[in-house]
Order: sequence, then C-alpha cells, then structure tokens
Amino acid sequence: MATLATTERATKPPRRRVQGISWSAWFWIGPVLILLGVFFIWPFIDSIILSLQNNDSTAFVGLKNYQLIFTNPDLLNVLKNNLLWLVVGTLLTVGLGLVIAVLVDRVKIESAIKSALFIPMAISFVGAGVIWRFMYIYEPANTTQIGLLNALLSLVHIGPQVWTINEAFNNFSLIAVYVWMWTGFSMVIISAALKGIPDEIIEAARMDGASRLTMFWRITVPMISPTMVVVVTTMLINILKIFDVVYVMTGGNYDTSVIAMEFYNQLFNFSHYGLGSALAVVLTIVVLPVMYINLRQLRKEERKA
Amino acid sequence: MSMSELPLSEGKSVVIKPQAREEAGVRTLSRGSAGPIVTTIVVIIALLWSVPTFGLFVASFMPPNLIKTTGWWTSLVPPWNFTLENYINVIQANGMGQAFVNSLIISIPGTIFPILLGAFAAYAFAWLRFPGRNLIYFIVVALLVVPSQIALEPVLQIFTALGFTGQYWAVWAAHTAFGLPFAVFLLRNFFAALPADLMESAHIDGASSFRVFWRIVLPLSVPALASLAIFQFMWVWNDLLVSLIFLSGNPDHSPMTLTVANLVGQYGENYPVLTAASFLSMALPLILFFSLQRYFVRGILAGSVKG
Repeated sequence: MATLATTERATKPPRRRVQGISWSAWFWIGPVLILLGVFFIWPFIDSIILSLQNNDSTAFVGLKNYQLIFTNPDLLNVLKNNLLWLVVGTLLTVGLGLVIAVLVDRVKIESAIKSALFIPMAISFVGAGVIWRFMYIYEPANTTQIGLLNALLSLVHIGPQVWTINEAFNNFSLIAVYVWMWTGFSMVIISAALKGIPDEIIEAARMDGASRLTMFWRITVPMISPTMVVVVTTMLINILKIFDVVYVMTGGNYDTSVIAMEFYNQLFNFSHYGLGSALAVVLTIVVLPVMYINLRQLRKEERKA
Repeated sequence: MSMSELPLSEGKSVVIKPQAREEAGVRTLSRGSAGPIVTTIVVIIALLWSVPTFGLFVASFMPPNLIKTTGWWTSLVPPWNFTLENYINVIQANGMGQAFVNSLIISIPGTIFPILLGAFAAYAFAWLRFPGRNLIYFIVVALLVVPSQIALEPVLQIFTALGFTGQYWAVWAAHTAFGLPFAVFLLRNFFAALPADLMESAHIDGASSFRVFWRIVLPLSVPALASLAIFQFMWVWNDLLVSLIFLSGNPDHSPMTLTVANLVGQYGENYPVLTAASFLSMALPLILFFSLQRYFVRGILAGSVKG
C-alpha cells in the first residue's frame, strides 16, 4: 500500500511454530518485563497513590490535587499553553511537512533539500535551545543587534523584541524551535507516502484531464491520509510531553510553562509530590486516547501489508 | 534479490518490500520534474532552515569579544578573523572534554542493552508460543507513548534507596527501559517477517532456540539492528531529562547535554562559551547523521510512533 507499509515495519502476522508451548519464553522476555515493571507499571501505580496525597505525602486528600490543576489560575494557564502548543505546533509541523514534501517531490536536488530540513532532528533539544537563544538575542534599541531576528527587524525600522520574555508571543517563539526541529520528520514520512502512490493512478487521472489541484485533493490526500493520521498522532504525543525546549529556553518562566515542565518544577524544585504526581497522571491520561488512535492505525497498516 | 531499493536520497536508498517495487518504479520520469519556481522556493526553504545552525557554527569560531558586540554575519566578509579559542577554552575550563567521554560512557551501553534485551523479547514474541503472548506484546507496545516523566520520581526513590543515584548504572537502566518498547516493536516485526523454513530446518537439525537466535535471526536482522542502534544512540546522546534526574547530583558523570544546559543556567548569555560547547555536543550526532543518513531515515520510517 501507499503508506508506511513500504518499510519493513509492517509485516504479516507471525507464523506459528510447529512446536508446542515454550515455557522458556519467559526467560527470553523476563528481563524486559522486569525493567518495564520497574520503569512503567510500578511508577504509574505509585504516581496515582502519591497524587491522592498531600504534597509531603503524609495524608490522603482525595482528588484535591486534580481539582487544583483545573481551578488554580496559574495551572490553568499551564494547560492553556499546552493546548496552544498542541494546536499550533501540530498544524505547523504537519502542514509545513506536507507542503514541503509535495513541493520537493519532483525537484532534482530533492535529497539535499531534505537533508537541510532533516538536520535539526539530529540535534539535541539543548543544542537547539542554544541555537535559538542565539537567534533571539535582544540588545537595547539603538545599539547593534547581534541576534539575527532583531537585526532583521532593525533593517525595517522596527524596534528589537524580547522574543522569549514578551508574553504576547513568547510561546510562539518556543513553538518555532519545535517546528524547526520536527518539520523534517513529518516531511520525510509524508514524502515516503507520496512516493508510494502508484504511477498508474496518477497516469489515469492525468489522461482524464484532472488538474494538479484536483489530483492533489482527489488522489494524493486520500492516498496518504493513513500516514497523516500516524504523523499527526505522533506530533500530538510528542507535544503533550514537551519539556526540553521549554526547560532550555525559559525554564517555564514568563508564562511559558507546559504540563511536563510544571510537573518537573513541582516535583523537583518545590518537592510538591502530590501536585507533581497528579500532573504526571493527567499527562498520561491525556496521552491515552491519542495513543489508542495511533496504535489502531498502525495495526491497520500492518494488516494491509 | 528479494528486496528492491527505493531511492530515497542521493545515492542512498532504503530496502523495501518487493510489492512496492513497481510503485516506486520510474516515478520521476512519469511525473516530470519541477519547474524553476518550485525549485527556487524549496531552495529558499532549505536555506532558511539552515541559517540558525550555520549562524551558531560561524559564531563559535569568532573571537570572544566580537561575538558579544557584532552579528555573526558580519564575520563572513573579509578580513576573516576566525579562531579556535572558544573551543580550547570550553574543553579546558568547562569540562567539555570529560563530558564528551561521559556521554560516550552513557550512550554506548545505553544503546547496546536495550537492543540486546529487546531482541531477546522480540524473538520470543515472534517465534515462541506461550500463554498471554499477544496481550503482553500489546502492553509493551502501548508503553511506547507513556510519558517517561511519570517514571522519574518513583524510580528515583528506588534508586536512591539502592544507592544508584549519580551512578552510570542508573542512567543505563533508565535508557534501557525507556528504549525497550520501541526496540521490541521494531525488532519483533522484522523477526516475524524472516522465512519460517529457515528456522524450522535449523530446529530439525537439532539447533536450540538460543543457537537459532544467535546464528540465524540476528545475522539476518543487521539492517533493522543498525537502524535501531543509530536511533537509540541519538536518543540517548541527546537526552537531557534522564541525566538531569539521575545524575545531577554527580557533576563528574555529567554528559554533554547536561553540561551545556548547566552552562546556559550559569552564564546565560555568555555566547563564546555556549556556541563552542553546544557545537561540540552536536558534533558526533551530526557526523553520524551524515554518514548513516539512510539508516536514520529508515529507523524513523519504521518507528514513527516513537518520536
């Protein structure tokens, strides 16, 4: 099929061995089960218990921590920021990824273009954070601007901006870093799906006199939509968990905190175990439906292959 | 040759399933190539995307007093005044040399352990029969997207009780556990697609499961193992959160990401230090990226669920 199924990930269901039940299998999967138990299963149970207790874990407080998350103005702001991230970050990474994948599909120097967009994927969030702090440097007005963005603004006689501190747009400054890093990822996956569209279909549509635009909406979009679901859900999951960009750029100050950042601050800076754990549980619960869609799509792809 | 190659980028390729061959086919011929306008647009996009990294790269070679007073683009015109001073400074004064070694000490076992353990489990999920196999496999895959943040505090408590905190063991174990769902997912699919006859006949010849695994399954799976290895290595090398939680009490073991993040905290806007330090931390991933790009792309295509 014209999707991710072109990679080795999608396979037929495993063929059964003729042998009977193999009890030694537990030795093969044992280490994995122990590690996953320690690092996923137990922490989840522990976090639920901690989240129902007060901040120094001395008394049960019921759902009070959860109530706080959805009523405290500061914490509501954190949720609002996360929502902004989800909408803008996903739209831009997937939208730009799609547009660039379509544009680059018939360009001769396709691979060089792709590499340029893809390089940020190899860079750590910390490195990207420094790169963008450097882009965003602010110097007072009427002095030499050494940050590229403010220098460009001064060319058109607009005063320098404090990109990461001005609360009118600093969240967008941070989202831009993420978009810069992850658009290449969307583009590569969407591009692989585009290349998987059978030539016969394109030929047939062209002979029928379909315009480029009609072909895009009637052929390309339906053919790559399964891939788009995977890309979108991957981005949603990523962005729900976003931490490093915020940590390096602002540390969550100036109204830029997101759930994972706030969780970190509550737990490791303020030792608020109850509230911190409640944030972690909320994060996990929000991820679950997205994960369900993502897995269902992947299973569908597997069956098709 | 049962696998065909899908051209993915200049001279590089990705191994794909045979049925996709005709689909990939002579694509460029039948679609024609893009006109100059489209080419110009994508070239501009690519240049825009490269500017931030390029700027930091150029700045890291500028004399410290110039970084602080002039834009990096001014240094591109003669007289050129580039220097290695910043790099020498951060390696000598800020412990970046040691941090590089620490990053390797963390990343190499952090790559080998999850792949080895994941391969064991993937083999069992693909080729052994045992009760609950499908359910357990589904749970392992579902853990792919559970935020690792949730594990940090409970595991930190266990590790502190055991005296692991600040030790390499702690980060190795964490990276192994966090990498496992993806490793199992990717490898199980690859293993399950291997020809059954091969394994049947080996078993009939009296080979044990272990022997089949080492002598047949692993050697046949080198492409998948390579993709996984580069992906996992980059992930561990670029990680900040795990090191921050499990190693921050022990600066002697800090990897490069943590060292650079601390430099940001300490010096804020000290760009002579920051530019060189962060470029050093990016050097190895960038070299790996350019030399092993096709494995990297393949790993991403194979496991887009991971992120």
